Amino acid sequence: MDKGKGTVLAGTIVEFDRVGLRYGTGAEVLRDLDFRLSEGGFYFLTGPSGAGKTSLLKLLYLAQRPTRGRMSIFGDELADAAREALPAYRRRIGVVFQDFRLIRHLSAFDNVALPLRIAGHGEEQVEGPVREMLAWVGLADRASARPPTLSGGEQQRVAIARAVIARPEIIIADEPTGNVDAAMAERILHLLTAMNRLGTTVIVATHDLSLIAATPGAQLIRLENGLLVDPTGALKHPPRAHA
Amino acid sequence: MSLLIISEPEKRLIPSSGMRGPVPLLIAIMTFVMVVVAAAGLALANSAMVVKSGVEHRYSIQIADGATKAPAAIAAARGAPGVTRVEQVPPADLRRTLERWLGPAAVDADLPLPAIIDVDLASGADPAAIGQAIERAVPGAQFIAHRSSLAPLLQALRGLTLLALGLVMLIAAASAAAIVLAARGALDNHRATIEVMHGIGATDRQVAQLFVRQIAIDALLGGLAGAAAAGLVIALILGRASTATILSGAPPLGWGDAFLLGLLPIVVALLATLVAWGALLRALRERL
Repeated sequence: MDKGKGTVLAGTIVEFDRVGLRYGTGAEVLRDLDFRLSEGGFYFLTGPSGAGKTSLLKLLYLAQRPTRGRMSIFGDELADAAREALPAYRRRIGVVFQDFRLIRHLSAFDNVALPLRIAGHGEEQVEGPVREMLAWVGLADRASARPPTLSGGEQQRVAIARAVIARPEIIIADEPTGNVDAAMAERILHLLTAMNRLGTTVIVATHDLSLIAATPGAQLIRLENGLLVDPTGALKHPPRAHA
Repeated sequence: MSLLIISEPEKRLIPSSGMRGPVPLLIAIMTFVMVVVAAAGLALANSAMVVKSGVEHRYSIQIADGATKAPAAIAAARGAPGVTRVEQVPPADLRRTLERWLGPAAVDADLPLPAIIDVDLASGADPAAIGQAIERAVPGAQFIAHRSSLAPLLQALRGLTLLALGLVMLIAAASAAAIVLAARGALDNHRATIEVMHGIGATDRQVAQLFVRQIAIDALLGGLAGAAAAGLVIALILGRASTATILSGAPPLGWGDAFLLGLLPIVVALLATLVAWGALLRALRERL
């Protein structure tokens, strides 16, 4: 899969062109989304409840197809891509769901290891990185615990570890600090910032203004009634990637 | 076969039902019925074959009021080319046959009996020419092929054999339909896990592989249990005098048949695996 092929500008990792989305025969929940995100950028997605944030995230992590418009990710047009082609793109995107979506009957270790195993890595390539990642999120001693026995914050960190273990090019996080206290929120933000410094594009949906304020250089995308608002000009003038 | 091989961590993704699900019981029942019906079909086919081969070259000469004419007919038959055996049915045997119809008095009654002479022909003999030779020697004598008198029985046996084969196919189709439902049920039960796997980049093949292995194991164990139970029932039935044995004078099932019946649970497991694989991939394609 060649990065950067297609008609997108160099350094653009996501491009939406008049994208619309409707569920079934209902009204459009996203309308005329027209934006570009740069490789290595850090973006906050905000907006009131029902504005379409979750729908936009679903488009970004390829759980949903737009009903109109063009959607290019990693330089490839994916709005009409063959279903069989999508898993390869999904492996390049890490997602932290608001409700974590951990597999309840698997240990924290197995949950974090899942992206590596799905990508076909052998166990000898899994053990070390997963232990390291669990240590990074402060859960080294909880590797064998199953999600129901973990606190909300611990589950959140397992979900983050799972999202970043395969070193994705894009990390998408839906309210990643919604279930944790201020100290843990700061720690999670630190993890995301660290990934961003390594070149990963980070997109965080949040209502938490303090989180946005604590991330200098991040750009703000705002959705209102399915339409995009661009208060910081992030989308017309994509920020340059971090060094 | 590779689709049945998965790693230990992959096995943990979909916890084993440990033979508690509906598939093993369902397959056990289906296989039991299938093996019993298939055994009946094979026994009927064997009986038909034995009966047919027994009468293939056997003929009878019937001569009404034949007590005086029988020697001439026997001589004519013995003189014809291709005749390997000529033997008159003893009049006492004929009287005993009559006794079944007319009662004990028939044995002593002075009834006019026809002469019946059994004639066996070699392969390639010309029955028409032999019949003509006998007719010339004894006008009015009938040269009758046994197979024509047993044709309705052979036809019935062949029909029953085909019916058994049809039933086996029908049970296989019903098993396949049940497997499709079980596969879809398994996907629904693990919807959350599948969504996570798809979201992380798992292919349909990777997801289907987790389920098909369990279904294959359940089908094989259920099939073996069903076949074992059927084998027991068949052995009990064969232990008694069976209709087929009386009819043909030979055991209704041989070792070759037992081997074929023993293959059935394996065939059922293979069928279940392939059907489940197709059903899982089709069901997964309905999702993004």
